[in-house]
Amino acid sequence: MANKSVLFKIKRQASPTSEAYWEEFELAWRPGLNVISLFMDVALNPVTRDGKPTVPINYDSNCLEEVCGSCAMLINGRARMACSALVDNLEQPLTIEPFSKFPVIRDLQVDRSVLFENLKAVKAWVPIDGTYALGDGPRIAPVVQEQAYQLSQCMSCCCCMEACPQFNESTGFVGAATIAQVRLFNMHPTGKVLKEDRLQALMGDGGIQECGYAQNCVEVCPKDIPLTKSISRVGGDVMKKAILDFFRT
Amino acid sequence: MATTTPKIIIIGGGLAGLSAAIKVAELGGHVDLFSLVPVKRSHSVCAQGGINSAKNLKGEGDSTWLHFDDTVYGGDFLANQTPAKQMCEMGPGIIDLLDRMGVPFSRTPEGLLDFRRFGGTLFNRTAFAGATTGQQLLYALDEQVRRFESEGKVRKYEYWEFLSAVLDSQGVCRGICAMDLRSMELATFAADAVIMATGGVGAIFGKSTNSVVCTGSAAGALYQQGAAYGNGEMIQVHPTCIPGEDKLRLMSESARGEGGRVWVPRNPSESRPGRQVPEADRFYFLEEWYPKYGNLVPRDIATRAIHKVVHELGLGIQGQPMVYLDLTHIDRATLDRKLGGILDIYEKFVGDDPHDVPMKIFPGVHYSMGGLWVDADQMTNIRGLYAIGECDYSIHGANRLGANSLLSCIYAGFIAGPNSVNYAKSLPAVPENLAASFEDEKKRQAGLSNLLLNNQGTENPFKLWRELGEIMSRNVTVSRYNDKLQETDVQLVEFLERYRKVNLNDKSMWSNQSFLFTRQLYNMLQLARVITQGAFLRNESRGSHYKPDFPERDDTNFLKTTKAFYAPDADAPRFEWEAVDISLIKPRPRRYDSK
Repeated sequence: MANKSVLFKIKRQASPTSEAYWEEFELAWRPGLNVISLFMDVALNPVTRDGKPTVPINYDSNCLEEVCGSCAMLINGRARMACSALVDNLEQPLTIEPFSKFPVIRDLQVDRSVLFENLKAVKAWVPIDGTYALGDGPRIAPVVQEQAYQLSQCMSCCCCMEACPQFNESTGFVGAATIAQVRLFNMHPTGKVLKEDRLQALMGDGGIQECGYAQNCVEVCPKDIPLTKSISRVGGDVMKKAILDFFRT
Repeated sequence: MATTTPKIIIIGGGLAGLSAAIKVAELGGHVDLFSLVPVKRSHSVCAQGGINSAKNLKGEGDSTWLHFDDTVYGGDFLANQTPAKQMCEMGPGIIDLLDRMGVPFSRTPEGLLDFRRFGGTLFNRTAFAGATTGQQLLYALDEQVRRFESEGKVRKYEYWEFLSAVLDSQGVCRGICAMDLRSMELATFAADAVIMATGGVGAIFGKSTNSVVCTGSAAGALYQQGAAYGNGEMIQVHPTCIPGEDKLRLMSESARGEGGRVWVPRNPSESRPGRQVPEADRFYFLEEWYPKYGNLVPRDIATRAIHKVVHELGLGIQGQPMVYLDLTHIDRATLDRKLGGILDIYEKFVGDDPHDVPMKIFPGVHYSMGGLWVDADQMTNIRGLYAIGECDYSIHGANRLGANSLLSCIYAGFIAGPNSVNYAKSLPAVPENLAASFEDEKKRQAGLSNLLLNNQGTENPFKLWRELGEIMSRNVTVSRYNDKLQETDVQLVEFLERYRKVNLNDKSMWSNQSFLFTRQLYNMLQLARVITQGAFLRNESRGSHYKPDFPERDDTNFLKTTKAFYAPDADAPRFEWEAVDISLIKPRPRRYDSK
């Protein structure tokens, strides 16, 4: 179709402390456009819809294949990856905003380091003795591997946290991604030696109890990770531990 | 003075950088780890199909020697053989280690590691974790590094960019100059040794399979500081990519490893959709031309075959530069189990389900075999400066075999990590006050930044980049002609002129991505000349480097590593050639078309 165009508006912010504002853009439509390619087009010709010169849009991105977790943002109100957001599947005008629950750096860039800190707190690793030659790893049945692989595809995009009504400053909730990683490492034959530590880290304020089972997390997860199932499994383990701890004291 | 705790700077947090970090931390060193992105988001996540190692768990009689032979033969004998052999010998141990770290490798019913076949070999030698092996390997190493980070042995500088090395008056590397990508603050950091693990150069070709950060800028900066760049002309074009508006997405070689077949309709005016074209009307050109390896010929061979079918025989699908990669004959459950991740990507980005519809693919720039020149210790010609992974030139020669990249990254990290620690321990007392070297380098970088920010020109840097990508993709990829290469170099010089007139409409000093990219663009232009001139000078065909006017390999004149040095006076590369280590396997003709 001739003269077909793409309309979109972007919520921009020059720095963490400055005021946010909206800018509208209109570009010629082409087949196969995704949201990232819109940003690339703006960089080539940084002019708003009403002809005002502006500056290229700042956003995090890297792989553009939905495996690195960089380009998460709100597109038409939904937490998702910009690389896999195809323009033809979205209602126009597109509204594109940074995540609302993380500090804005600039434009669509936000600070998501809280997730990496959470992963540290729950010891999300397999404590190997060392990298020297120690022979084969443990045997693992294919069905167990498939379960682990599903959880291990979490790319730390933080969509689940953005969408969660409980993830906010007042609860301090750790979020679904971290809990699913606890499940992953507690499943591993070697990783499970730290199981108690991990469950302990999820107890108390901001821990797993904050989950309100809204199920938004599993809804938005771009990798279809069984987040609610993981929360209920780990929740059960935390409960068991709490009871045992009670009788131990 | 020799320090008690060796202090090592690592630039880049992909597989190579993280491998080195783990070794350094384990040996008691301290690591400052710099990365443009949170290390978990590095380009290694894009590797899909797997990692090679001759574990021989399929009763095929595979061995590390055969893996070594395939690697050297696949690279058309341009790789130095001693390190390539060492890598293949370390392979099985590396797989075991990754397995112990919890990588969810795909399993056999008995619970053992499963292996699949990849291009350029007749053995099932590739271990894999679904279809996102690179992501899974990176995560395992990322987790181990996070553990060291929580113990204070590794300090991460994420969202920082390496700008240049700090060299003392003897030319020894003593640290780096870097910029915080958010505050845009310039700073210098001292270290006993610096390890570069900055990946590939895809962005020089505009659209490629590489991630956004793979610009080659860091390697380009070091080349201008005196580091030698090896075999720059060796650029791998992957046969099967999904053309896209923003990038070329990889369709893993594992699609062919699991039985995927490449074909085009025999009739160029065929109008039926792929699935309705009957068997007799399909041209399975790889199977016909290469009966022994079939769809699993090495990447350079498959890429040239697809170009021939499309550009010479005019058989692209409906006249478009595309061929079919077909998996529809394989049952859904098997595909989901072994290739789920990559098929999802195709469906997500194209909208067709590859279970039901043959995929449409075309070759795209994928990997740089060339890179910073290193010795057997992974040290560059600048003392105290190491290079590992895709940014170093070693191991792969003139063509890389599928699933050897992940292995070579970890191998190089495991070599450079301990070597950098030993080097640090033996480092003699500093003969001079280094403060001036650091201050000078910081001043130089501040000057360059100011120049760029205040430049009053008319050139849009993103348009310049697009033009760079177009000419490099057109003239310096699959088929190379000397007149076109010369024309390209003239054009590159013109681009460098135009770069002086670049205008940043964003002058902000806070997280200014246009500025950061434009600074990289300069190094990309310089490196593009190394690639182009290297290709011009190599008058033969070897591996990925193919000149129709010189169709044969010429061992007499070109069994040599290309070494490019930056000549400051000429502002151009100067070339030397170095003999290749062929001490173990005598070069033989590389043919995949025999039965």
